[in-house]
Amino acid sequence: MESSVPCAATVSDGIAAAGLPAMRPRRRLRGLTLLALVLALLPLGFVNDYVADVAVLIALNAIVCVGLNLLIGYAGQISLGHAGFFGLGAYGSALLATHAGVPPLAALLAATALVGVLAALVGGPILRLKGHYLAMATLGLGIIVSIVITTEDRLTGGPDGMAVPPLTIAGFVVQGERAWYWILAGCLLAAVWLAQNLIASPTGRALRALHTSEVAAELAGVDSARHKLIVFVISALFAAFAGGLAAFHAGFVTPAKASFLHSIELVTMVVFGGMASTFGAVVGAAVLTLLPQLLTALKDYEMVVFGALLMATMIFFPRGIVPTLSALWQRWRR
Amino acid sequence: MTTLVVRELGCSFGGVHAVAGLSFEIAPGTVHSIIGPNGAGKTTLLNLLTGVYVPTSGSIRFGAHELTGQPPHRYAAAGIARTFQNLQIFFNMSALENVMTGRHRLERTGLLAAMLHTPRLARAEAECRERALEWLRFLELGDAAERDADTLPYGALKRLEIARALAGEPQLLLLDEPAAGLNPSEALGIAALIRRVAATGTTVVLVEHNMRLVMEVSDHILVLDHGKRLAEGSAEQIRSDARVIEAYLGAASEAHAAGEASADA
Amino acid sequence: MGSQALQFLAAGLTSGSIYALVALGFSIVFLASRVINFAQGEFVMIGGMAASSLVSVGMPLAAAMAIAVAIAAAVGLVLEKLAIERASRADVTTLVIITIGASMLLRGIAQIVWGKGIRSLPPISGEQPIAIGGATILPQSLWVLGTTIAIVAALSWFFGRTRLGRAMLATAHNRLAAQLVGIDVKLVLFASFGLAAALGAVAGMLIAPIGFTSYDTGVMLGLKGFAAAILGGIGNFHGAIFGGLLLGLLESLGAGFVSSAYKDAIAFVVLLGVLFVRPDGILGALRSDRV
Repeated sequence: MESSVPCAATVSDGIAAAGLPAMRPRRRLRGLTLLALVLALLPLGFVNDYVADVAVLIALNAIVCVGLNLLIGYAGQISLGHAGFFGLGAYGSALLATHAGVPPLAALLAATALVGVLAALVGGPILRLKGHYLAMATLGLGIIVSIVITTEDRLTGGPDGMAVPPLTIAGFVVQGERAWYWILAGCLLAAVWLAQNLIASPTGRALRALHTSEVAAELAGVDSARHKLIVFVISALFAAFAGGLAAFHAGFVTPAKASFLHSIELVTMVVFGGMASTFGAVVGAAVLTLLPQLLTALKDYEMVVFGALLMATMIFFPRGIVPTLSALWQRWRR
Repeated sequence: MTTLVVRELGCSFGGVHAVAGLSFEIAPGTVHSIIGPNGAGKTTLLNLLTGVYVPTSGSIRFGAHELTGQPPHRYAAAGIARTFQNLQIFFNMSALENVMTGRHRLERTGLLAAMLHTPRLARAEAECRERALEWLRFLELGDAAERDADTLPYGALKRLEIARALAGEPQLLLLDEPAAGLNPSEALGIAALIRRVAATGTTVVLVEHNMRLVMEVSDHILVLDHGKRLAEGSAEQIRSDARVIEAYLGAASEAHAAGEASADA
Repeated sequence: MGSQALQFLAAGLTSGSIYALVALGFSIVFLASRVINFAQGEFVMIGGMAASSLVSVGMPLAAAMAIAVAIAAAVGLVLEKLAIERASRADVTTLVIITIGASMLLRGIAQIVWGKGIRSLPPISGEQPIAIGGATILPQSLWVLGTTIAIVAALSWFFGRTRLGRAMLATAHNRLAAQLVGIDVKLVLFASFGLAAALGAVAGMLIAPIGFTSYDTGVMLGLKGFAAAILGGIGNFHGAIFGGLLLGLLESLGAGFVSSAYKDAIAFVVLLGVLFVRPDGILGALRSDRV
């Protein structure tokens, strides 16, 4: 009963419908195994602590980006204030561990949970907005967080930041870049695993459906408001957890962690690496964390490069690097 | 077996009354058509019956569910499903995933189970796949299951939407111009499909311009004009109703003639 | 107390005028393209910075200001041609991110060209404060208010009486209809960016003498200008002016009577409040189907 006029229906351009379908279970496992392999073998290249430190930074950004990608790439929402969640996770852990005497690991988990609650409260009203309005609201929120952190200097140390006690797990103090690397590698693997499971589940399908046609998704039974909130909170949790780890890792935390600039960097990583691609988010984080490190001689050019990269990606490869390359690869194989 | 009861339904945009004072019932297990000239308010009505528009007056009840003013997912939860005149296929998924999404209202596994990929979720997913595949085969799309939706031709996509809608096992299926863009033989196929669906006990409501299709499958026809009920009755009654004929200015008989003409072509 | 309130009022109207000009820039671009140009704040920065460096190499203030406006307008036009026009069919999120990228790019270039230091601009007519009713007002403030009034009048004339201005309004109301009557909507978009950039630059040059300017002053001014535009109603000219002045007053009075440490946060609290309660703003926004 094929139509006599074989016209394929039009696909809307831009970010909207262009996400990759969720990978089949076998491919997912393969991807995860590959990541695990890369992460396991990477330390062989750690010629010194500096390299290990960069790897840790990449992993931290990657965890945030995996979560943010669920929000931007799959659910099609936008957040220009995610550094706010990151910063709250960082400062929350620091404050609980310092001023409230909470054991560091418990502080990390508690701070993450608290940020999740905040995201749940704030997310409801915010996610009713769309497009520009949503972008601006998340931006406003992120900036308010940043301002509060900087202004409440008696608690937070103000613009100079505050010191953070070391992380202890089961009595052992986590010390040294390599130890931190293994912790972050494990956390990143877990984050990717959780994200991929979510995407392949009914919730994941609901999100992808929402992104393409909210009306049709609703009429399939998807409570769009609730789903948007769920993914917003999950992405906030990822960001806060990474923020807390970052604080313990550095032994120090400054308001820059919650800045508007940092929020934009995170969005750039997700967008550049690939919308609706978990591995894209990891790649994006890796490339855009490495870039400033490689450009230290050209430190002044960092903003120019980021800005230009962001624009070029969105104009020429709106789907991001990984999906674009993947599509090219598919076409080349046929 | 649930009855859809609509009372004094009204919907206005600014000063324009797209639909006003509409009252009717749709008995379960029947095939019901809503027809009317362009601008009669058919699409508006369909949007009202699925929660896409919020009525400015009146009420909508489906069985025990008071649905007036609820968001669309509540209509879906109550057992109402719909296809769209301009396709709302999820193009970022495969055909199978589209249909699996159609089953969303029947999903019971929670978020945590989803993220941890528990055995229970794996079993639920496997079952969802199976049922979705069945519906694809019912709509003769079995071979297209793994194909990305954006590679399918128009006719297949129309059937995919129906498969997606049926996958949720609705009690009421609303079809928005299912024959639009189809050639006469495909339209015949739709008629057969509608009868198969009705035979399973699902109530079918279609908004349609193709009079031949309407006359062939409908147990009951509601005619709208300017957002109000013009006439109601069986195919025979409507065909010979003077008011209906006048409202269409002979369009019904023209479409009938046109239908015959293109069948010969 | 009275003179203090008057002082805050004067300060609020001054900064409010700046926000109004920036808000007008946002609205003009929004009207032409339904795009929120995140880089609007950078035009403000370019105006102040360019004028400042021209003055520091000896150019008279008036000439420096004129050239700085031209530079900013040129940047706006280039941005539209190279970036916005290419992505004209993309969806909202894509465009938002492109303009954010543009904002970063411009800031990065400014950092390279002018360094990270702060610069100042001489005031138009001296620094001697004027006493009015118990409050002291800088002459520059009067210039800000006066120039804003003049610009608003000029824009009214432009949109009401010139072909291009009327074409821009027509495009804003109904793009398709405008195309059908022969309006070159691409040109309209192009001109809008140039105009918005010029407005931003003027704002930047007017405010720089009162505070200071540096490569990243555009961010906050841009965001606050956007908050003002939303407060008054995006796409609504009267809304932009009303929103700007109101925001300036709220900020000034809030900082004066409630908490000066959180002055910057006021604009964003207002922004969130408006977005949650009445996204169309106080005077009503132009209905947009993209959003």
